[in-house]
This record gives sequence, structure tokens and C-alpha cells, in this order.
Amino acid sequence: MDILRIATAGSVDDGKSTLIGRLLYETNSITKDKIEALESASKRKGLDFLDLSLLTDGLIAEREQGITIDVAHIYFSTPSRKYIIADTPGHVEYTRNMVTGASNAKVSLILVDARQGVVEQTARHLSIAALLRIPKVIICVNKMDLVQYDESKFEAIKASLGSLVAQTTFEGQAVSYLPISSLFGQNITKPTDKMPWYQGNTLLGELEAFEFAESLAHAPARFPVQWVIRPKTEEYHDYRGYAGKVSSGTFKVGDVIRALPTGQESTIASIEKFGEQLQQAVAGDSVVITLTTDVDISRGNSIVLASDKEAPLLKDFAAHICWLDHQALSPGKTYLLQHGVHQTKAKISQITEKLDVVAQTSTHEVDSLKLNEIGGIQLRTAQAIVADAYAENPANGAFILIDEFSNSTVGVGFIK
Amino acid sequence: MTDSTIKDKIGQFPRRLEDESIYIMREVAAQFERPALLFSGGKDSITLVRLAQKAFFPGKIPFPLVHIDTGHNFPETIEFRDWLAKETGAELIVRYVQDSIDQGKVKEETGKYASRNVLQTVTLLDTIEEFKFDACIGGARRDEEKARAKERIFSVRDDFGQWDAKRQRPELFDMLNGRIAIGENVRVFPISNWTELDVWNYIKEEKMEIPSIYFSHQRQVIERDGMLWADSEYLNKEADEIPFEATVRFRTVGDMTCTAAVESEAAEIDIIIEEILSAEISERGARIDDKRSEAAMEKRKQQGYF
Repeated sequence: MDILRIATAGSVDDGKSTLIGRLLYETNSITKDKIEALESASKRKGLDFLDLSLLTDGLIAEREQGITIDVAHIYFSTPSRKYIIADTPGHVEYTRNMVTGASNAKVSLILVDARQGVVEQTARHLSIAALLRIPKVIICVNKMDLVQYDESKFEAIKASLGSLVAQTTFEGQAVSYLPISSLFGQNITKPTDKMPWYQGNTLLGELEAFEFAESLAHAPARFPVQWVIRPKTEEYHDYRGYAGKVSSGTFKVGDVIRALPTGQESTIASIEKFGEQLQQAVAGDSVVITLTTDVDISRGNSIVLASDKEAPLLKDFAAHICWLDHQALSPGKTYLLQHGVHQTKAKISQITEKLDVVAQTSTHEVDSLKLNEIGGIQLRTAQAIVADAYAENPANGAFILIDEFSNSTVGVGFIK
Repeated sequence: MTDSTIKDKIGQFPRRLEDESIYIMREVAAQFERPALLFSGGKDSITLVRLAQKAFFPGKIPFPLVHIDTGHNFPETIEFRDWLAKETGAELIVRYVQDSIDQGKVKEETGKYASRNVLQTVTLLDTIEEFKFDACIGGARRDEEKARAKERIFSVRDDFGQWDAKRQRPELFDMLNGRIAIGENVRVFPISNWTELDVWNYIKEEKMEIPSIYFSHQRQVIERDGMLWADSEYLNKEADEIPFEATVRFRTVGDMTCTAAVESEAAEIDIIIEEILSAEISERGARIDDKRSEAAMEKRKQQGYF
């Protein structure tokens, strides 16, 4: 059974919470007592129908304001898949949350209000989906019931998005459009006869059909070491195992490997998991690797295939960055850079550009990047990191920046 | 749900969840100086122990199991706890709510609904201070409750153990930032992304041992608010609450005073899983402490409750 992670995004009031509530409701993911709580909460609000949006709007402050303020995780499953939704707020100023929620997603769900059409936020979402290399984007044109299920309204929205989508999309990204009504459950998990002109999948049908090929298994092999296991017991006297999660690619027993940054070579003696001997480990597997010879490897180092002469060691590189903190990014300042499990100091030598993700333009005279802004930077690290360009190998191409004094995670970077 | 949809939904355990949780366990061991695993004896914390074993095998679990004993636990839970610590070779630390009461730090609740569930927060915070734990691993899951849905995997708490929804760090990709200031500590939730069904399927696939109270058994109970409560010396009964024998099991393991039983004949894990799916009552619904108010969980979290 696989897991599909979805990021949802939308503006305030375009019905995102209702859509998610509807998905949960129609996949039998809500229990009776939760429905009862929903009924009484809906009644308290003076509604004569189930307000499905209340299922996901969690925090007290949100209930008071009637909006979502952070990333919430929601779960449902079908016989073939487990789904995890990262529900992110749609306010203009919350690019930070959108990027956070989308960072693990394979599918981005973007909502458009059929009455309003494309708004600034739609462009923002598309740009972020592209920046994060999300392979599938589903644009849900919601509230079709409020435009009399008019096909021309739907087609007009599709047309107005055409050039924007063409600008942001990348090779390997699939974009589809769905006319839906969350309130009435049309084209969510069940087709509707209200829109006979639409012959495509329902939303759930679209999600179930999406195959996210295990492309990661064929990417360059990268194994960042998290922890060195040395039991020092009688039975495992000289045992030395390297514990970690394969970021990308495949490792097999017998593979000749190179440890970075030292460059020492060795051969994989075993790949283990809780005593079980495996023949190989692929991207996403948490395993322990032992080698035939003693090699100097510690946490933060990486194991790559010896045949992979290109494995990059970066110390001075360019990246896109999305700023997440109230205190702006200023060049010259030192931060802690965390790439995977490897932390090292980093200095921002220059801000090269600031992107306007809505207009798809950039400016080059920039002296700082503020909260929710996306730009380009040049940076230098104290130790080299074993990282790939994000567009080529997303699993090994992102990093976070940590403020050494506040300890906050202040930025997320995508290596160019 | 009909029988066929139930069967459809059982499915399998998504193996990727285990890989992610093992990764988190290793990050905790590597990023913190004095981590601890908070052990309640419930199925979620038993799952955590298994994940910790897997993360460091053939090495031992490099942090202690810590149990805050309210004194109102089911005896079966305590027995199981001691067995598991022995079985895994992990260090076990136990601290008692009774001691906090004796020291006058907390006051026993009174009345029909008296429970020590709220009191344990104080004992927990004292234990964290005593051992200077900088990371406490817990078995909370985001699907349990609305306030938990926003919880991070590394959740930073201040000196008073308080959680501030607005101060939580963004967590991007699988990168976990565990840097904290002196006095702060982190609650870590390695099975954040698991659902109740995932946990049960995992226990089944891993053939793990769990406390006997999860399975159907005969027990003296009373009926209160439409639910069944285990009769014990800790439960403040009213005159008309007469104990009777019933065939029950428990869906969660908490204190005897605040965990309701469900009538059940399920003596095997497969049947328990089917029951869960057809159940009309969600997991925390059987805990009276959540029913106190809709926003109860969030309020307790702000005060440092797990």
C-alpha cells in the first residue's frame, strides 16, 4: 500500500475546508461521534446542513476568526492508497505555510472559485508547485453550483489559466482541470448529472489514477549517514553499521561505494533492517549499511556509488530561497545550513534576485528578502555538502537555514 | 459502513510510515543530548518502542523509557511495561503522581469525574527537570484530534512545557531542526502520520505483544453516560451505579478512571481491526477527559499536557 501526499491551497472562502471535509465524508473516514459533534456545531452556527469545513478548521483562534492559520495534516484512505493532505492557508501573506505544506507533496490541489475565476493566489500556487517540482497539479474549479453548472464559465477559467500554466509548468508535470461543487459533493468522489459536458475523472478518480513512478529509485544513489551503530557487545564486538534513510537511487550488497567528503572507497558488505538481511535498499528505505573495510564515516557524511564520479561536493553555490521568518534575510549574515541531516555554517554572499511569483518576473537590485518572499541567493558553506541540483534530484537538493540565535528555521533553499 | 466496505478498508500497513518513523528516532538520538521515550503502556507507545529497537539494532535503544505512573493504571499495563523493558533491555524510569500529591504540588480532584489525568502534567514536567531531558518522544498521532492535526514532529516547548501554536517551526521535507535554548525541550512525535488503523495493522504485521486489556475479557463495570467504566477502588461511584459483569475490551489504555470500555467479543487482532473499522465511536471518544469541552485538548496542550 503506498502513500500519496497532497498539498491543498486556496484563497479564503473558496471552499477548501469544505472540499476536504467532503473527501473525508464520502470515503467513510469520519466516525459517528465526529459527525455528531459536527451536527451540533453546525446547529450552533444556525445552519440546517452539515458544515463539513468544521472538520478541519482546528485551532480555537481559527474557529473564532473562521479561517485556517497553519498547516494541518488530514488522513484518509481507500483500499489501494493512504492519503495525507497537508492543508495550508490561502492568505496572501502565508507563502511560508504553502511552501511548508507542499514540500512533501506529490500532488497540488488548487482551488478556484467559479464565480471569481483566476486570482492572484492561483498564480502564486502554480508558481510554488513549479518551484517545488510537484509532478501533478489538479485545478478544481469549485462552486459550479453557483454558476448554474455553466460549461462556458469553466472553459473561460481554463483559458485564462492557459498562458500562466504554460509559463510555470516543467517537463514531467501534469496539470488537469476539474469542475466541482464541494458543497453538494459533485465530482468529488461521485460523478454528477448536473454537468454532462464533463466526461473526465472525479477528484478521487484522478488521485487514484495518478502513478508517481518510483523515479527516485533511478536517481543518483545518495545515502546520508544519520547515526553510527557500534553495539560493543560480545556478540557484535567489532560491528560498525551506518544507519540512515536512502535519499535517492538504489544501493545493493556488493556495490563499491565512496564516502564523502573523505573520498574513501569500500564495498557494501550488508544491508540490514532489524536483523533482516536485505539485498538492496531503494530511495525511502531506512536501513543500516555495513562495509567490508573500516572507513572514516560520521553523521552528516554521505555514501554514494564509487562509479558515480559526478557526485557533487558543494561549498559555493546558487539557490532559490523562500524566506520564512519575520526577520528579513540580509546578505553577509551567517546562518546554520541543514541539508538532510548535515548541519554546517553558511554565509549568504549575495542576493541575486527577487521573484514576483504572481507576475512571473524578477528584480535584481535586492538588499534583503522578507517573510514570504522568494529570491535567488549565492552562498558559501563551512563544510562541503553532498547535494544535487533540486530540479534534477529534488530528494537531495533542498536545505533549510536556521538562525543561530533564535534557533528558528528561517528559510528553505532549492539548489540551482 | 457495510461489511464489504469494511473489508475493503482494512488494507495493509503502508511500509513507508515505518521508514519515516525510524528516521525520526535516529534524528532524536543524534540531535539531542538527553532524550527519553515517554511510555504509557498503550499501543502507540509500544509501537514507539518497536520503532526505536529497529532504528538502532543491533545496538540497544540509546535512551530510557519513562513512565509517569498515576497510580490509577490498569495492573495489566504495569505488568506489561515491566516485561517490555526487560525484553528490550531498555532502561526504565518510573515517577509517581502520588509523590507530587504527597509533596503538595498538585491536589487530587474530587467528585464523580475525579481523575489524575490532568495531575500527571506536573509530575512529567518535574521528571523532565530532574533528568534534564531535552527531548521527549511521545506516541501522539495527528489523526486523533483536531488540535493534534497541527502538531509538528519536533514540537518545541518552553520552560513551562507550554505549546504555542504560533511559535512552531515550519518543517520542510524531512529535515528536522532540533536546536533549542537552555531550559527549552522538544516533544517528538515519530508516528504523527499514522492513523489508528495503521498502528493496529503494524502491530498485526509485526506480531507484537500488547497488554491483555486490549482483548476481550470479563470485567466488573458500571454504566455511566452511556459508556462502560471499569469498577475499581479509584472510581468515585454514585449510589445507583451498581457494578455488573460484562464482556469488554479497551480501545485505548489510560487511567482506570477515565478510559471507557466497549462491549466486545474480539479476542484476536483481526477481529479488533474489523471492529475498529465498523466502530461508530472514534478513539478519543472513549476518554472522558476530551469530552469536557470541544477545545479541551488544545487547552491542555497549552498547559504542557502531552
